[in-house]
Amino acid sequence: MAVSIRTDGEAAGLAPLSNRNATGASWDQPILLRLVSIAMFAGIWEVAGRIPVSFAFPTFSDTIVAFFGLLADGSLATAYLSTLQPLVLGVVLSAFLGVGLGTICGLWRTGEWLMIPVFIVLQAAPVAAFIPMVTFVYGIGMTAKTLAVMILALPVIVLNTYKAVRNVNESLLVMCRSFLGTRWQTVAKIILPDASPVIFAGLRLGVAAGFVGVVLAELLITPTGIGDLITFHRSRADYAEMYATIASIIALSTLTLVFLQWVEVRVFRPESRGA
Amino acid sequence: MGATALRNGPSPVPAPIDSIVEVRGISKAYGNVEALRGIDLDFPRGKLTSLLGPSGCGKTTLLKIIAGLIRADGGTVAINGKRVSAPGPERAFVFQDFALMPWATVTRNVAFGLELRGTNKAEREEIARGYIAEVGLAGFEDKYPHELSGGMRQRVGLARALSVDADVLLLDEPFSAVDEQNRRKFQEDLIRLRTNQNKTFIFVTHSIEEAVYISDRIVLLSPRPGRVSQIIEPAIDRSGDPERIHRDRHYLDTVEEIWQGLKQYVE
Ligand SMILES: Nc1ncnc2c1ncn2[C@@H]1O[C@H](COP(=O)(O)OP(=O)(O)OP(=O)(O)O)[C@@H](O)[C@H]1O
Ligand SMILES: [Mg+2]
Repeated sequence: MAVSIRTDGEAAGLAPLSNRNATGASWDQPILLRLVSIAMFAGIWEVAGRIPVSFAFPTFSDTIVAFFGLLADGSLATAYLSTLQPLVLGVVLSAFLGVGLGTICGLWRTGEWLMIPVFIVLQAAPVAAFIPMVTFVYGIGMTAKTLAVMILALPVIVLNTYKAVRNVNESLLVMCRSFLGTRWQTVAKIILPDASPVIFAGLRLGVAAGFVGVVLAELLITPTGIGDLITFHRSRADYAEMYATIASIIALSTLTLVFLQWVEVRVFRPESRGA
Repeated sequence: MGATALRNGPSPVPAPIDSIVEVRGISKAYGNVEALRGIDLDFPRGKLTSLLGPSGCGKTTLLKIIAGLIRADGGTVAINGKRVSAPGPERAFVFQDFALMPWATVTRNVAFGLELRGTNKAEREEIARGYIAEVGLAGFEDKYPHELSGGMRQRVGLARALSVDADVLLLDEPFSAVDEQNRRKFQEDLIRLRTNQNKTFIFVTHSIEEAVYISDRIVLLSPRPGRVSQIIEPAIDRSGDPERIHRDRHYLDTVEEIWQGLKQYVE
């Protein structure tokens, strides 16, 4: 799991520009195509479940039924209540801290020397291995889970922000100076908007990594929330329930990313809305 | 020589009556590349002066020193008699690469100088709309730069510089990224603007025709290190049809004269 995060982060780091174009592109697709894609996925799942691929692999319809079962008996709600708190806290903290630190590193040489190597190492390391260590220090409560989220989410957010701020359009900086922009105005009105596509690419990767972090923490160390629900149903061989739980967190993660993209286009890059 | 006043070295006529920009002894080197050496120049108020010279002779460097965007190694620049070494409200720059914010509409781009100065939104957008119309972009207020052609983008850059109401407009090859038709149209507009707006233009170009077509005064710079080699004042009547200027005898003579002067550097 941790391995796949790293490659994602690396890809974004290497190709921030392609991301700029990708930002608007998915919005062009008619809703219909996306629905067809989802329907195809569900269809293949249903067929694979009926063959069956494995005795532990439920059909799509069974999973949906199990999902509503979990909704009805309240176990999904209880699990999410416990998972979402550290997740939201960790992601929000990582977003603000990450964008803040990344901006400072991009603008200020000393900060860059002090902090960037740390985050490069963190991004390269299989950080999931730190999670048991975090538990060792902070116990199995909310703090440990929040930290697990942040360990995974922060580096990619910091590094993307840093790179974006460093590569800001030089001629816009000169323009801002020639029209008497102050340092603060330059940061707020030129540097951050110019960097926002790459910063948002980092945020999306960071949020995805945060989801991984919280689930890992719950599977590995603190048997609570969604992680516990997955483990519990696996131990009882309720595979449909287990898959429903997994699918629900994947869906939530996807929706969060879509929402983030919507915010980005709406608020920060209005010009790519119609493009 | 006809109607063309051609002067070499120190001016034989009394010093210009009213110069808004005074450049004294400016020199600048990038490492061991000497870009400018001992530049002395006066820019008369309300006139359009072109800086003309071969590529790499330091035109951009001189313009950016006047703008306060580059620090000179020696010498001074004074605007309205006051020494300056940083950008100021009495100067506005039009950039060769337009330097527009892609995330901002035409209106916001044009109003950006005023936004930085803290003018309130309603007022600055009102002013911006006026200049957008002035440069011929009425109807494009809410477009984004990527929806405009190169020529239109540069008009946005020009409107932005006009809207801060600076006395001196500094233009660095504003038409170099603009196609030929737009360039012609834009040059005509610039002549009209210069008569309407009581502003001083300093214009960098490496096109002789362009310089003669639009300038009251042409400063010829020699190749590296850049020095003032000649000052020419083409006496061309620009009151009538702008198309006529291209066939004007003084215009053709002056172009030829400058070409003869510059030829030595090319060979
Ligand atoms: N930042 C810089 N670092 C080093 N050398 C530079 C720099 N900027 C300009 N130069 C050099 O200084 C000289 C003058 O440059 P400048 O850009 O002012 O010329 P220019 O007359 O505007 O040329 P062009 O017509 O090609 O725009 C050139 O030889 C250029 O190579
Ligand atoms: Mg130049």
